[in-house]
Amino acid sequence: MTTLELKHVTKIYTVRGAGQIKALDDVSFTLESGRTIGLVGQSGSGKSTIAKILTHLETQTTGEVLYDGEVIPRGGKRLRRYRQQLRMVFQDPFASLNPYHTIRHHIERPLLLDSVVPRAEVETEVHRLLERVQLDSASVIDRRPHELSGGQRQRVAIARALASRPTFLVADEPVSMLDVSIRLGVLNLLADLQREEGLGVLYITHDLATARHFSDEIIVLNQGRVVEHGSADDVILNPRHPYTKSLRAASPDPERHFAQATSILGGSQ
Amino acid sequence: MSPADRAATGTARPPADADETAVDPLELGTTSTEVHSRRVRVPWRFLGNRALFYLFTLWAAVTINFFVPRMMKGDAVSQYLSRNRNISPEAADALRSLLGLDTDKSLWQQYAEYLHLLVQGNLGVALTHGLRPVTEVIAGALPWTIGLVGVATVLAFSIGTVGGAVIGWKRGSKLDILIPLTTFLNTIPYFWLGLMAISIFAVNLGWLPIGKAFGPGVSPEWSLEFIGQVVKHGTLPALTIVIASLGGWMLGMRNMMLTVLDEDYITVAHAKGMPSKRVLWRYAARNAVLPQIQSFALAIGFIVGGTVVMEMVFSYPGVGKMLLDATNAKDYALMQGVFLVITLSVLLANILADVAYAFLDPRTRQTES
Amino acid sequence: MSDTLLSVRGFSVMYDVDPPVRAVRDVSIELRRGEILGLAGESGCGKTTLAYGIQRLLRPPAVITGGDITFHDASGVDIDIDRLDAEQMLRFRWDKISMVFQGAMNALNPVAPIGKQLEDVFVVHRPKLSRAERRAEVTELLEIVKVGAERARSFPHELSGGMRQRVMIAMALALRPQLMIMDEPTTALDVLVQREILRQISALRHQFGFTVVFITHDLPLLLEISDRIAIMREGEIVELGTSEQIWTDPQDDYTKTLLASFPRLTGEKGVVAR
Repeated sequence: MTTLELKHVTKIYTVRGAGQIKALDDVSFTLESGRTIGLVGQSGSGKSTIAKILTHLETQTTGEVLYDGEVIPRGGKRLRRYRQQLRMVFQDPFASLNPYHTIRHHIERPLLLDSVVPRAEVETEVHRLLERVQLDSASVIDRRPHELSGGQRQRVAIARALASRPTFLVADEPVSMLDVSIRLGVLNLLADLQREEGLGVLYITHDLATARHFSDEIIVLNQGRVVEHGSADDVILNPRHPYTKSLRAASPDPERHFAQATSILGGSQ
Repeated sequence: MSPADRAATGTARPPADADETAVDPLELGTTSTEVHSRRVRVPWRFLGNRALFYLFTLWAAVTINFFVPRMMKGDAVSQYLSRNRNISPEAADALRSLLGLDTDKSLWQQYAEYLHLLVQGNLGVALTHGLRPVTEVIAGALPWTIGLVGVATVLAFSIGTVGGAVIGWKRGSKLDILIPLTTFLNTIPYFWLGLMAISIFAVNLGWLPIGKAFGPGVSPEWSLEFIGQVVKHGTLPALTIVIASLGGWMLGMRNMMLTVLDEDYITVAHAKGMPSKRVLWRYAARNAVLPQIQSFALAIGFIVGGTVVMEMVFSYPGVGKMLLDATNAKDYALMQGVFLVITLSVLLANILADVAYAFLDPRTRQTES
Repeated sequence: MSDTLLSVRGFSVMYDVDPPVRAVRDVSIELRRGEILGLAGESGCGKTTLAYGIQRLLRPPAVITGGDITFHDASGVDIDIDRLDAEQMLRFRWDKISMVFQGAMNALNPVAPIGKQLEDVFVVHRPKLSRAERRAEVTELLEIVKVGAERARSFPHELSGGMRQRVMIAMALALRPQLMIMDEPTTALDVLVQREILRQISALRHQFGFTVVFITHDLPLLLEISDRIAIMREGEIVELGTSEQIWTDPQDDYTKTLLASFPRLTGEKGVVAR
């Protein structure tokens, strides 16, 4: 089991003319391979900042990030190797794929750059990865992103992330820009892959319902601070912090809504 | 209780004791914390920062101007000076400082004296204009250039922008043909256009004079008759400039209009039942014109450089021709003076553009502090 | 005053592109006075085209290829929206039917203060009002939606998303219309802000009594707030029923698919459909 740990991470941005903004305030949690953590927060809560710090696109102001017990490297080859182990899937399926290149190119690149398989096997591996994300590789491989649907593009993004055989996956709002009826499909795919490959997944979202559905644990973030952290069911069904309670009350819940209606009306429909 | 009401009563605000830093979620992201009571908001901080930048640019321009003649071969300049023996000792000294011949002094001293001269408004004497002070010579030509080219530029900008707005608004209509037409006029060599104009209107039809700023034998004065002459003589040059430059303004504005017309707030304006004219001018054009203002400001800056071709074709006594002559005659002092004036006016135009933009676009004050 | 506010019969819209797209296919629906009708569907189903089409806000290449739309005014007069001429249409708009647009991000003119944009409505529709009276109306509107009259001079980019949305609601309310069409009004907002906006809409409905058409892809949300829900797919209404009916006994397969796409927040782990 590998761990990715954030220890008392604080991130302060200095904005000219507007002072300092504390994006993260003393955040600590551990992501384990084989488990999914749902990171729930509204806009401005700092959830994207955490993703950036984990992938080393930003550096924390104070605190440590430990991969398997060691501080993540600052640069050079060691950082490259770290980045191979932690891949990201982004929110916008169109923006994260280069419109000029074919799907083959998108999947090939990490394979070649990280020398995951010998050159002779790259083509086979590309096909394998595409099939893995439930795409018909033959029909998709020579297309360009704009020829695919949003759901297909997001699957390509997942395949690309898996190419370097990472241990951890950070999924930042992976389905919020997709059509409603295909969201669950993509999330289920992520859940299956997580189980089969033993990945540690950080699922970042603002949506409580999907967080509960797909995570083992849930962390609730409010204005840079962790306000609640527990098993998924615990956090959603028995929230302790008032913020979590208000989030839960504010989220649409037809189940509860109609149950109340029945009880108000007295008796069954 | 209707379903909507039941749904709506779900607690929305985190209770007061939720968090020490509890913030009304609806307030998050509001940047206007002060209430604006004055009619016009002056973006002081923005202007203040830009002012520093401009002061720096001014200093840089003046300093570069200092170094330029010193980078030329010393021989050329001293030869030039020795050829002209009628200069008064003070003028000669000034020229030496300006043109970098005072090499017996340290660089710092030279610089100090140069700045001293500038502050006094002494740019030396123009050898090609009978040793008159450079400032006087430039001041003689400047009004003609600013007047003619300035008016022409403003006209081209106004007609082009308004035209572009209308063409963009009525996209797909027959008016679209004006764009390739005016852009074509843009590409015609200006001297040909000018000569054609003279040939048709001045020579053949005799409606307008052939050239110069005013009639022969007339001396400048503030009389109605003189002004009449100036306008008559200026019509053809101004017209040709407008025709030649209209295309650029029209195209730019039309393209911006097309972009703006796709924005949501235009649909909302229509939905509100706003009459077309109102939507066109107050919503669409008002937004589309912003980048045009910046281009306009730059264009103004370069007015001072004059248009050499126009001045040659029409024998117009502007700065352009003067600079050309000075260059041919190697009148370094005059050249240097003109460069400085052009640099300063471009700088000034930029300042005005920034100020105008800051007032016209309320978003700039946020992003560029 | 009849029970029906808006009658739509056989309404069709086509996008004149190559190949042509039938965005709305022969849609018929009767909107009841005072109800909240939810219009659910995914992107491209035609819900926005239908909403725009009813108000004749569509632009080329969209073409209305057929149908009648009748507005049954509270005064008892029936107005055929598709037969109004340009000038009548300008007067009809916003006065009888107004719209709250999606993601008020770009729905407000960036270079004009919001107070001015609210005043605009009165300048055009109530020309007899004096300047002071207009200002008073704008102040009242801003207070009603709890944005505050001091913000009248603020520019859109200075307000948060939630506030901008409330300004849009204030603008839609200005002439006290009988119908408000809301196109994904809370989609870009946080769930807490969303709930607050919904609460406000409900309060306003009680106060002013307008009918609402609420367009969104968020079916669980509609289930909570709507009286009736219409599910749209590929230009057609595939199912129409009360929110209870849709929840307990969905008829169409697509409705069932849509319901199945939303995991349950509480209760057993599974999907929303029963």
